Amino acid sequence: MSAPKMDFIADVRGLFDALSADVLGQLRAGEELTINVSAEESLFVRFNNNRVRQNTDVAQIDISLQLQADARTVSKSRTLTGSVDVDRPALTRLLEQCRDEIAVLPLDPYQVPLQNNGSSSEEFRGHLLAPQDVVSAVVAPAAGCDLAGLYAGGSIIRANCNSMGQRHWFATETFFLDYSLYNGPQAAKGCYAGSRWDDVEWAANLTRTKALLALLSRPQQSVKPGAYRTWLAPRAFSDLLGMLGWNALSASAWKQGHSPFKKLAEGEARLSPLLSIEENFSMGLTPRFNSLGEVSETRLPLIERGELKSLLVSSRTAKEYGLVANGASGREGPRAMDVPGGTLDEEGVLQALGTGLYLSNLHYLNWSDVVSARVTGMTRYACFWVEGGEIVGPISDLRWDESLYSALGDKLLALGARAEIDPATDTYHRRALGGCRTPGALIEDFTFTL
Amino acid sequence: MSAAQTMLTQTSTKSAITYALQAADWAAIRHASETTTWRSIRNGKPDSNDTSLDEGAMCEVLVDGHFGYAATADRSLAGLQRAFDRAIATTRATSQHKAQAFTAHERPRAVGNFRSARQRDLDALSLAEITDCLLAASQAMQLSDLLVNRTASAMLVQTQIDYFSSNGSETHQSFDMLDITLSATAVEGSESQTRSWSRTGQFGGEVFDRAVLVEQAERTAREALALLLAENCPSGRMDLLLMPDQMMLQIHESIGHPLELDRILGDERNYAGWSFVKAEDFGCLQYGSPLMNVSFDPTREHELASYDFDDGGNRATREMLIENGVLKRGLGSLESQLRSGLPGVANFRSASWNRAPIDRMANINLEPGTSSLQDLVAQVEHGVIMHTNRSWSIDDYRNKFQFGCEYGQLIENGRLGRVVRNPNYRGVTVDFWNRLAGVGRHDEMFGTPYCGKGEPSQVIRVGHASPPCLFRDVEVFGGQS
Repeated sequence: MSAPKMDFIADVRGLFDALSADVLGQLRAGEELTINVSAEESLFVRFNNNRVRQNTDVAQIDISLQLQADARTVSKSRTLTGSVDVDRPALTRLLEQCRDEIAVLPLDPYQVPLQNNGSSSEEFRGHLLAPQDVVSAVVAPAAGCDLAGLYAGGSIIRANCNSMGQRHWFATETFFLDYSLYNGPQAAKGCYAGSRWDDVEWAANLTRTKALLALLSRPQQSVKPGAYRTWLAPRAFSDLLGMLGWNALSASAWKQGHSPFKKLAEGEARLSPLLSIEENFSMGLTPRFNSLGEVSETRLPLIERGELKSLLVSSRTAKEYGLVANGASGREGPRAMDVPGGTLDEEGVLQALGTGLYLSNLHYLNWSDVVSARVTGMTRYACFWVEGGEIVGPISDLRWDESLYSALGDKLLALGARAEIDPATDTYHRRALGGCRTPGALIEDFTFTL
Repeated sequence: MSAAQTMLTQTSTKSAITYALQAADWAAIRHASETTTWRSIRNGKPDSNDTSLDEGAMCEVLVDGHFGYAATADRSLAGLQRAFDRAIATTRATSQHKAQAFTAHERPRAVGNFRSARQRDLDALSLAEITDCLLAASQAMQLSDLLVNRTASAMLVQTQIDYFSSNGSETHQSFDMLDITLSATAVEGSESQTRSWSRTGQFGGEVFDRAVLVEQAERTAREALALLLAENCPSGRMDLLLMPDQMMLQIHESIGHPLELDRILGDERNYAGWSFVKAEDFGCLQYGSPLMNVSFDPTREHELASYDFDDGGNRATREMLIENGVLKRGLGSLESQLRSGLPGVANFRSASWNRAPIDRMANINLEPGTSSLQDLVAQVEHGVIMHTNRSWSIDDYRNKFQFGCEYGQLIENGRLGRVVRNPNYRGVTVDFWNRLAGVGRHDEMFGTPYCGKGEPSQVIRVGHASPPCLFRDVEVFGGQS
């Protein structure tokens, strides 16, 4: 038995075109409809001790309809089989179910009238490993290593259209290998991602992580809770800034009393002039259109030299609170966060740190006090005690608890000169798009509590 | 699905399994169909009305001693055969590097039906009834202009899982689940406080009770306003009385996850993390005080993660994990039991048709003790009682945790005192559980639909029942605001 060669992206595009034309053609007077399609064909291989724990092929296509009629709004989605003949009547039933609910729902005062936000089409073809070649390509250079992690690769598609004539298409073929190497209980983290697998690049990536792991063989250091000068390497700083996607930059969260950056939004606080943050879709990590098909500016400044320039405002929030929408998704979190680098060269990081903590990664962050923008979390993977600009040895995991008004404010001493892309490796429900680009950050008196 | 469609699916399923056996040593198909409806009313107006239908099939094969998977939403015979082709080709290639050799022994023959307890099917509940209840609850929270957010929402889930295997398994499991949440946020100046209430479990439409929702909505709103005026929780070491809606989180993070055998075996090291628990700890580790008894119980009616069979066909039974404080058993499937040589449970569970099963919690419950709530309060000279989780974080070995709650009240000389806001506490797992000094005699069931784990990642439903519990001399602290 052998699977026939198929082009998933072309097949889904054909399905999207046929189904959207069919269902839009069924609309009645006074009805407006938005259609979104999300699809992937992915291979997931999970590794433990450089051996395969589980392998899963997934092909899935989801479609959602948002129907507006009589000043009411309803959304329904379903899985598609990929067969036009099977999916067409299923979609007709879904539209009928939307109509049934519209008839009994209350008025939606914040409904966003549909418009034609333009059209776009982007396809990024990659050069991925054939499924049967993935494991040998991953494990051969890692022979002798205790490697744990996940390879995920394949096609990802997002498409959108509406009854006003708007149409967007985004398809990409990518992979990532999110992994860690172990030396007993100690570990170093790595990630190799892209659209073209290259054995030489993978081997080089692995070599860098092995070098980091080797540093963990130095004598274990015992560090007591307290405030320490701390270097957050780019991935750790990315983890910290990831909290901004949890209500901090959301306009609706601000208006509804859930924003950790309420004081920033209302001009009662500011962050360090060293820090600027923008949405930067020119990185090409994710499509510019959102689920309404609205297209964000290519670059949208959020924080400029410590001052809030803009929160992320969805059209629905804009209508409810009289704000100006800026292409944000309904969740109002950054989709392509970009933080420009600062002045601290990579070679000078340890010298600038002097004595303190070098943190490669953080873990399990959460707001511990929303009003003061305080975040708690753990150190994870390769984290070291540094003295006199020299790495002394690895530390045991420490809990920290710190306000972002401080860590990104007066306590921020410098940003690294080189910013690194941290691609999204989220695989809940489906492979995510997106990611962010951040430098490292040198912070004074970062607070460790346990 | 109509009877004719069901018959067609069963016929194509059995034909597809026969087809797979041309190249596989064993094969199975797990069909999953799940309808989820979200209804939300915020400040008396509709916020969302969404429904999703997620359905497909996971085709599983055993090839050269290795289990492999391929998921498809095309459940025609041709679609299932194509999925089996993919699963077999990939699994044959990966089996040369398998972590462990398995046999069909890890997929026992299972036959049976399960239907979650309910009096009224969720799909018999009209949209008008739901909207009316949620509107009434949202409006009942309108006690003050300071309450800027008054949300009443419900998630209704109906799931059907049908499992067939080449060694004769055929199980059909049907679940109705409900998660109702009320939330009130009060804001004044730069201060903001949120109070919430939830009911989560395997229920039918019978629990959609307008009077109960209105009563809870009013209390929730009153308490949010009270928090706005309250002082910060004091800092220092003191006794801590945790109510069941915080105990669920404490159990989940510091008992459930560290006892998962796949974590102990290192599968999860690159994502959710490892565990401080070692294989040699089972049978001897004094995990907590002698008052601590913890069960794995997927048999309890109405708790969120009750079922008869896991996704590998293993029949689910109640098992004790910790008895009199001593660690007895881990949370590991038949695969993990073979790999570790340790006793486990029926917990090989997947989030959906598109994910392979892994070791998960189901219902993890702390067994009731003998004290009334008044008894527990009376035992405290200086302490705080905390309700309802709002913040959670724990390290990747499940040792150092820090949790925060919505609502606190001081306890002085055996009596409840004034309300305090931003109550938090932190500790280290085994030390903390050995501080358990009192266990209430009445438990309450809670649960979450959003336990995250795995590569690729999965969210799954878990249930936790617990009485109020008293812990001695814990590090407690408040907020900065």
